[in-house]
Amino acid sequence: MTKIGIEIHCQLTKLESKLFCPCKADYREFEPNTNICPICMGIPGSLPLLNKSAVEKATLIAMALDCRTPDKIAFFRKNYFYPDLPKNFQITQLNVYGNTSIGWEGKISVGDKEIRIRRIQLEEDPGRLIYEGATEKTKLTLVDYNRAGTPLVEIVTEPDFETPHQVREFLNILSDLLENLNVSDPGLEGAMRADANVSIEGDSKVEIKNIGSFHDLEKAVHFEITRQQSLAERKIEIIQETRHWDDGRKITVSARTKEEEAEYRYHLEADIPWVRINDDTKNQLKVHMPESISSKKERYISKYDITPQVADILASDRYFSELFEKANNETNAKDIANIITTDIMGLLDTREKREKSKLDAKHLSDLVEYIRSNKITRSSAKLALDEIIKSGNPLSQIIEDLDLGHVSDEGTLSDIITQILNEEAKAVEDAKQNPEIVNFLVGKVMQKTRGKADPELTLALLKKNLGID
Amino acid sequence: MDLGISALNYVNGIKNNEFTVEEFISESLDHIKQVDEKLHAFLRINDSAIKNAKEIDAKIKSNQNVGRCYGMPISVKDNICIEGSKTTCASKVLENFIAPYTSTVVSKLHSEDVIIIGKTNMDEFAMGISTEFSAYGPSKNPWNTDYVPGGSSGGSGVSVSANECVASLGSDTGGSIRNPASFCSVVGLKPTYGLVSRYGLVSYANSIEQIGPMTKTVEDSAFLLNMIYGIDPNDNTTIDSKNQDYLSNIDAGINGKKIGIVTEMTNSDGLSADVLDANNDAIKTFEKLGANCEQVSLQMVPYTVAAYYTITSTEAGSNLARYDNVRYGYELDSSGFEFNSYISQARSKLGPEVIRRMILGGFVPSAGHAGKYFLKALKVKSKLINEINHVFEKFDFLISPTVPIQPFKFGEKINDPVSFMMIDFNTVTANLTGIPAISVPYKITNGLPIGIQIMSNRLEEHSLLQAAYALEKTVDLPEVPV
Repeated sequence: MTKIGIEIHCQLTKLESKLFCPCKADYREFEPNTNICPICMGIPGSLPLLNKSAVEKATLIAMALDCRTPDKIAFFRKNYFYPDLPKNFQITQLNVYGNTSIGWEGKISVGDKEIRIRRIQLEEDPGRLIYEGATEKTKLTLVDYNRAGTPLVEIVTEPDFETPHQVREFLNILSDLLENLNVSDPGLEGAMRADANVSIEGDSKVEIKNIGSFHDLEKAVHFEITRQQSLAERKIEIIQETRHWDDGRKITVSARTKEEEAEYRYHLEADIPWVRINDDTKNQLKVHMPESISSKKERYISKYDITPQVADILASDRYFSELFEKANNETNAKDIANIITTDIMGLLDTREKREKSKLDAKHLSDLVEYIRSNKITRSSAKLALDEIIKSGNPLSQIIEDLDLGHVSDEGTLSDIITQILNEEAKAVEDAKQNPEIVNFLVGKVMQKTRGKADPELTLALLKKNLGID
Repeated sequence: MDLGISALNYVNGIKNNEFTVEEFISESLDHIKQVDEKLHAFLRINDSAIKNAKEIDAKIKSNQNVGRCYGMPISVKDNICIEGSKTTCASKVLENFIAPYTSTVVSKLHSEDVIIIGKTNMDEFAMGISTEFSAYGPSKNPWNTDYVPGGSSGGSGVSVSANECVASLGSDTGGSIRNPASFCSVVGLKPTYGLVSRYGLVSYANSIEQIGPMTKTVEDSAFLLNMIYGIDPNDNTTIDSKNQDYLSNIDAGINGKKIGIVTEMTNSDGLSADVLDANNDAIKTFEKLGANCEQVSLQMVPYTVAAYYTITSTEAGSNLARYDNVRYGYELDSSGFEFNSYISQARSKLGPEVIRRMILGGFVPSAGHAGKYFLKALKVKSKLINEINHVFEKFDFLISPTVPIQPFKFGEKINDPVSFMMIDFNTVTANLTGIPAISVPYKITNGLPIGIQIMSNRLEEHSLLQAAYALEKTVDLPEVPV
């Protein structure tokens, strides 16, 4: 049987500052090596100062993943030399001398399957290497320490996955969960990274590192299973090793074998005293924990009578579920949910678009109100949404500006219908034989009015003109 | 002018208009010029000392608020950072390192109008007990320049002893304040772990080291401690001492106090007869002052030196790993080097003792050997802590010679690392357990000093200083022959 385990690194991007210094946790807007200070650069004599909010956010993750949590946490040093590591050790956690990491022995449901979480730990992200030739300007391999010290939560699963698809599904669920907890923005480049380890029946475990995206992870795991199976078929030994994902060639390549495993000389980080997390703190965190995706989904279904499919889509996305909760006033929930899932999710399908969007909850509730009271058609509503997102102007103004108001004035409609009937002489003749053709004529009127004509009134007027009931 | 006056007398002198800050500083600088070529206490002298003195004099004249130090010149060990100036740790690796910020202890003293007159010599990265491992040459003992001044804060000890400054700040990882204090006949205090901020102290073994004062009198140590202790937002390991004035009631005496004579520290193999004599004499003195002295055994003590070197090497291996010459350091062309070989090349500038401990620190905590060495050392540490906690239920103080031997000649021990390490036998207990310990000058035998060490329970510096003061008042030592 194939066994797959996953190791996820998730940055706590919602925090203000790095794990051990006041530099920004979100380094992405900075010029290289400007989001740094003596602490994250490991300047002699500097000392790490623990960001207590990071401990709380990480504990929240542990709780959401049903982990056991300790009474006190400790930090350890993992020693190795690498140019992106300013101190040449990483401050991380370790459960070898008792359980002192943020959490352990958790679980999460993926479809019908339960995936066990082995441990969760809080640690600092290293800096970043920009390799020679990465862009035309990079003539040398350069180091950017802006990321060094960013709070990172490592989540390690037991090898409970059997297929690459399950892995993908798990990562989607986890990513939604982290976003819902408001601890991280997994959509940010590099905010969520994953490594995998793969073994087939009775053979050695192979770790795959350096995987850029979840999509690639699925592919890498798939490749690795196939590679191992073909070795096994030819009775070639599968060695325990670490392999890198080669993004260009879409294959895994050997990086180091067990004999070359690094020696990390773990020992306690004495500069950070043990942090007590008492029951009070844990209870407080529990009380303020955002509602889980599954409970949100259940609530949407039972309270608002929304279909399970729509409820699932809505609840899984923090941005849209927030919009939904704010816009709905108990009576319009179903309509709001439908507009979000059928129109807005398409219009705001990227993070950038959401950030730029000027749409707020009031726009949405107004829109539903206008559609219900026949002031605007469903198709005009779509045009209005486009404009709302761009300008953020009030709906009434947009309807006026774009002339999207309903044409329900009988005189105006009659004039248009007369014009259409003249233009479409053949259809008029056919319609008298086949009443279905009337719909074609309704369509023509809609075209002419750019979707604004009141559909019921148009049909009635057409029928009257054609002398059919 | 008497450059040998204590800090408290310096302050009185200024207050009573006996001399100005500028007069005292300029005379101190002249004296340094005269003697330091020979003694080599200093690695660098502060160019702005006279300017600083004039500023403080002006403040005094115009009746502005003046800090408690009144321009008192102190020296600072060269592993403590001061913004904009070099902090070399007496290493070639940090030869050009200019600190981008100021340590908490120096900030606090600056706000009390101290004048940092210079940075003092030390064993490279505070690893050693003689300053022979300074990359810039050793300091000399002012009592006899053929002898080592102790270490690693040897330059600090010499600068105070030779009256080149009024007081000094050293750091103590395994005795590095107390050892040179004993060898140079000055007072040296290692405070409780966490009492004084380490922010700006270049780490060697960060779980056990502290900054502390080296002074001419016990009162001066209390005076300096008053200004440097306290919780620091820049050091998560600092602890609340419930705000004390360490100078108050310093003359309370030790009548009725219980003092334990640590058996293991008074009958060890390396202990010299002269030093034992001095210690026995000190015990008698304490008894005359009304204290009850009795033998007490700390069974873990014989293992402490091994545990100390195992733990400190592990931490040093980690703390010094950053000196890879990638972000700062010295000119070293990287072309032709693969990353790891470049690091090796860069680190080859470290001195022999540092390299020895780097190698040890790479070995003792490694996956295959941690159980035999590093974890065992941690076990010794925790058992020792239990013993100490137990002992202080019964005793107020522990007493021992600070160092089992008197100062030795240059080169005498440098080729025998193990006997070198055993010199720390009496001092490492305080570091491993976090308790405070002070060395008090007690005797000059054969022209060389002997210090007595007193230890107390955690955060009991107030009573520790009272005991040290009581002992100090019974001795009358000759002037240093500089």
